[in-house]
Amino acid sequence: MDGLSLFASRRSRNLTLALIVGVAAYPLVVRSELWLTVLLFVGATAIGAVGLNLLTGFTGQVSLGHAFFLGLGAYTACYLGNPTGGAPAGRGLPLFVWLPLAALLPGLVGLVVGPAALRLKGNYLAVVSLGLVFLGAHVFKQWSSVTGGSDGTSVAPSLALGPVDFAGIGGLTRNQSLFFLVWGMVGLTTLGSRNLVRTRPGRAMQAVRDREVAAEVIGVSVARYKLGAFAISSGLAGLSGALYAVVLTYVEPGTWSLALSIQFVAMIIVGGIGTTTGGVLGALFVGGLPEVVRHYSASIPFVARTASERGLSLPQLNQILFGLCIVGFLVLEPRGIAALWARAAHRSGEHRVQARPHPL
Amino acid sequence: MTKLVELIVSGTIRGALYALVALGFVVIYKATGVINFAQGGLLLIGTYLTYNAHVTWGLPFWPAVGLATALTALTGVAVERTVLRRMAGQPVFAVIMVTLGLLIVVQQVVPAIWGYDRLNLDDPWGVRRLSFGGIHVDLKDVWALAVVAVVLAALFAFFRYGRYGLAMRAMAIDQEAAMAQGISARRVVALSWGIAGAVATLAGVMLAAGSGGVDPAKDVIALAAFPAIILGGLDSPVGAVVGGLAIGLSQALTGGYQPDHAAFLGAGFDTVMPYVVMVLVLLARPCGLFGTRDVVRA
Repeated sequence: MDGLSLFASRRSRNLTLALIVGVAAYPLVVRSELWLTVLLFVGATAIGAVGLNLLTGFTGQVSLGHAFFLGLGAYTACYLGNPTGGAPAGRGLPLFVWLPLAALLPGLVGLVVGPAALRLKGNYLAVVSLGLVFLGAHVFKQWSSVTGGSDGTSVAPSLALGPVDFAGIGGLTRNQSLFFLVWGMVGLTTLGSRNLVRTRPGRAMQAVRDREVAAEVIGVSVARYKLGAFAISSGLAGLSGALYAVVLTYVEPGTWSLALSIQFVAMIIVGGIGTTTGGVLGALFVGGLPEVVRHYSASIPFVARTASERGLSLPQLNQILFGLCIVGFLVLEPRGIAALWARAAHRSGEHRVQARPHPL
Repeated sequence: MTKLVELIVSGTIRGALYALVALGFVVIYKATGVINFAQGGLLLIGTYLTYNAHVTWGLPFWPAVGLATALTALTGVAVERTVLRRMAGQPVFAVIMVTLGLLIVVQQVVPAIWGYDRLNLDDPWGVRRLSFGGIHVDLKDVWALAVVAVVLAALFAFFRYGRYGLAMRAMAIDQEAAMAQGISARRVVALSWGIAGAVATLAGVMLAAGSGGVDPAKDVIALAAFPAIILGGLDSPVGAVVGGLAIGLSQALTGGYQPDHAAFLGAGFDTVMPYVVMVLVLLARPCGLFGTRDVVRA
């Protein structure tokens, strides 16, 4: 395995193909609306997580500001795609206009704020990117002609792409049809990210991550690759935010909070920092955990089942597990589920796991 | 004119509380090189333990504060020993995320134990006020200023004259060199968490005293104190106090004047003002006003 090919082995290629078929068949076979909704959120957030992994996992730049760019993408989608008659009024543009722009515009904003942010490192960058979330929330709240102010806005852009309307293909429900749009974008994003990191720019990004000064010395333009990674990550966050908003159907400025940013960082930590599949696995874990906990809550001790009963409520338990997962993975398996997976595959005979220092 | 003086007084008091929280950040940063996002969690634990000791167990106020301070310091040491120590030598962001994970856990465990209702700390100051020539000040705010002054003086003396203070400064400059001189990194780092726990308790008590009350959302002050430490520079106690006061004053003055004079910035602009100040300062000085500049070597 030289790390340059798209797939590590023939087996991994076959597994990927099987996975694609499985995902495509899922909404047709499993008709549980609950799990469809959960997986729609997972898919929408997975795109942003893959983007954040490019910035944090592959280029080594931390960011707690991801939620701001998600919000930017969501409001771009609302402004361009929402029907002209609504309040606040949109522009009624079709899917092939608003969806690409929902990625492009946040990417451009990333290019503009990037130079200021990327002068900073480590602790300072973490806090300043966190500041971006607070400043962004203020702007979102004030700019009510686009965002609906504190009341929020409904998200109802046209989902038709030529003859295919993702609001309802054939006899399928909205969620079933959206599933193809969202997970189609997840597939494209993952493929693009994989192609990026295994080729020249990806190598340059990883050189910047591993040793900035050495990268500069061998001729990698550190500033250019940092900025590029920031812009791509912001763009994917925008795309993610637009789809997240479409699944949610209603957004308010409070949606794009620090807690959302933390969720994305948690996704790449849990899934696997510096791996392409890590973002998707992490989104699956973070998005699926609350549902699994709810399903088994009856057999978990200390959980209050009625409002009057003393003990942890389900949201409290979920948050505690979420926090413990962040701590647990970082302390015990900093390379995340992707590394657990690779190790399991290694044990069964295939796959070599590359020895690597700590991924951050 | 009276309005200006009132705003300066309230801004100074708010700034003093930010400074107290910021000092906790600085101590841990000096020993470990990492911002402890769980500082707000320590603050919650300390404040609720004070409530328990004073109101539930009936200890007098100051002994209750002392007991809670000691217990929270021990909690800090325990967290360092069990979790953070395993992260030694790991990249900054990984350690930051661990502290953030701990904060998320504490934020849920505290209301699970004490509930979401606002509790009265039943402190000796209550809502009594002093007035100086028409300017009213809460008695507890005067005490808050005094506590900040005492903590700052104690920390200054500790860093300047104390054996472990010196060790901590050496650790801040170069961890390996410090260890080569026989400094026990483990003990210094554990101590810094203890001090941070104690300082957080005092900050929480002063915040919750009087009409403030104790509730699980009190930890947001730690978020608001971030701009203060960034402004002052992460490794400078003096910077923390100057940064805290600057942020407190800019927030109070913005709140007092912006709605009339710069209404286009929108309602509630004073809550984001600290971040605006922070970004502006960092554009000019990437390591804050008093922070040590990084030297990069291959």
